[in-house]
Amino acid sequence: MLIDVKNLRKEYCAEEVVTKVLHGLSFSIEKGEFVSIMGPSGSGKSTLMHILGLLDRLTSGDYFFEDKDVTKLDDNELAILRNEKIGFVFQSFNLLPRTTVLDNVKLPLTYSKRKINIDEKAKNVLESVGLGHRLHYFTNQISGGEKQRVAIARALVNEPSLIFADEPTGNLDSKSGIQVMEILQHLNKMGNTIILVTHETYTAEHAQRIIKIKDGLIVEDVQVSNRRIATDGINLK
Amino acid sequence: MILIVVKSIKTSIKALLSNKARSFLTMLGIIIGVAAVIIIMSLGAGAQSLILSQVKSLGTNLIGILPGGSEKNEPPASVMGITITTLTYDDLLAISDKKNVPHLVAVVGYYNGQDNISWQNNLYNTSLRGSTVGYLDVEGGEVAQGRFFTEEEERNLARVVVLGSTVKKELFGESDALGQYVKIKKQTFQVVGVMKGRGTVAMQDYDDQVFIPLKTMQKLIAGVNHLGLIRAKVDYDENVERTIEDVKITLREQHNIKDQSGKNDDFSVRSAAQALDMISTITNALKYFLAAIAALSLVVGGIGIMNIMLVSVTERTREIGLRKAVGANNFNIMMQFLSEAVTITMIGGIVGIVLGTVISYIVSLVFNILGYDWEFVVSMFSILIAVSISALIGIIFGLFPASRASRLEPVEALRHE
Repeated sequence: MLIDVKNLRKEYCAEEVVTKVLHGLSFSIEKGEFVSIMGPSGSGKSTLMHILGLLDRLTSGDYFFEDKDVTKLDDNELAILRNEKIGFVFQSFNLLPRTTVLDNVKLPLTYSKRKINIDEKAKNVLESVGLGHRLHYFTNQISGGEKQRVAIARALVNEPSLIFADEPTGNLDSKSGIQVMEILQHLNKMGNTIILVTHETYTAEHAQRIIKIKDGLIVEDVQVSNRRIATDGINLK
Repeated sequence: MILIVVKSIKTSIKALLSNKARSFLTMLGIIIGVAAVIIIMSLGAGAQSLILSQVKSLGTNLIGILPGGSEKNEPPASVMGITITTLTYDDLLAISDKKNVPHLVAVVGYYNGQDNISWQNNLYNTSLRGSTVGYLDVEGGEVAQGRFFTEEEERNLARVVVLGSTVKKELFGESDALGQYVKIKKQTFQVVGVMKGRGTVAMQDYDDQVFIPLKTMQKLIAGVNHLGLIRAKVDYDENVERTIEDVKITLREQHNIKDQSGKNDDFSVRSAAQALDMISTITNALKYFLAAIAALSLVVGGIGIMNIMLVSVTERTREIGLRKAVGANNFNIMMQFLSEAVTITMIGGIVGIVLGTVISYIVSLVFNILGYDWEFVVSMFSILIAVSISALIGIIFGLFPASRASRLEPVEALRHE
């Protein structure tokens, strides 16, 4: 089991006002799954993703990542896990400005202790998302769709066990959005576990399974019956 | 570890290059501070060498004998304006005697004063040097017109004077002074010579003075019997120490002082070497004092760096969040911002050193063109100090912003707009 969550709760304390965001969620995700976490804004889906992605800590409950109790890990151990096991794709890309495509993709590797040829690895991954011709472009010189593919390459470069995609198509035109979804489906087919966070049913239906969240509770956890397959004919390796 | 440092420096340089104008302005404080330290240290060293070489040019083989005893490194009371009458013409004769002090080649005794000298309607206030004929042999200098007074004139209280070039100009202008009669304290003196201009050496104006035979000065002008100062020239530098001892023994005998320890001496003997030591101590102190003030500007520059780094941390909060999301730990982030601060100061330091050196060099050129024997020195020591201070400032003032950056929660940082 990749992710096992039991009775997960999250509350924020700001100036003595407690805001409860997640009210006890329990679910598990297997290796190789493609899961959508779906819900309207304010439902707590982003908070859930941040906790699952080890960017934030839960208030109470259990969270086992690859059978490891991550609630007991310190900041540095979490940083290592994020580096080696998790890749993020954000709605707003979060690429470093004034930096080349290649350097952006290399970023996770520079924090890694693995001894590999960083340049070559980053180039290979960029080629696999069809950006082999953009290596030395700066991130402000490429299109939105390309930016998101750079972000995907960055998420992939450390060969993580799990990839989070937080509204990956939210800032893209529909053609670029389809390309991104195609890449994600392709990656899933290659064996990658993917968790997609979205508020759109259409996008969510590209996954195999949808966990619907509302007001901090799971309201539905179902397999997708007629899964959408994104095809744009983009040349993927 | 080294790899991490190299990596951090590379990242920092990239980050700094991506905001060139701001990086440069931040650096400016450090550049100016370091350049100021270098320039002041260099100019200090140059001025010091100039002063020392001027003093040396007067001769390091000169010794001075002053009335009144003194501790080793303190000036004798006579220097501070207290009249002490223990030094006499007989002492001068005793010292001049080769049997007593074999290594002296020339001796001059002084009784100095300050008064008006007049010719016709012209009046000029200058220093009066009652000196023995040994003056030229000990102090150097040349007579431009006429002659210096003779031993006979000295013995006979002759009313003659030799004018310094400034005095000649002030009193006579372009007209001839030789053979003219001037008045000092209502006494009439004949001008027998005019000295050649020599300028100001080691803070002493050689041209603004009038030479009068010692005894004439003592009896006719000052009305005293004692000497203010004896100066003597030793044959070779290496004999200076021994000669000082010889002089002391001779004078103790003259003054009936039995104690050879020097505690009861009523005179002081000083060498030019001692004066040199004293001058370099004073100029060193001045130099470091000024450098310390210049170093203060480095602190101000450091605060500028802290300020900009704090802005940069806020501005790059999202970047910090992203870096943490892809696996950077607190130490990585800390190192990134710290090395940015250190890189800024180090680059600023290097530019400052170059700038300071260039300016110091230009100043030395200007002084040399003006005819001073000004030495261009930028010591390794001052460079070392500048570099280490700027690195230190980078670390100290970078630490706070860097630790603030490293403590950001990844999720908070990612949410930051």
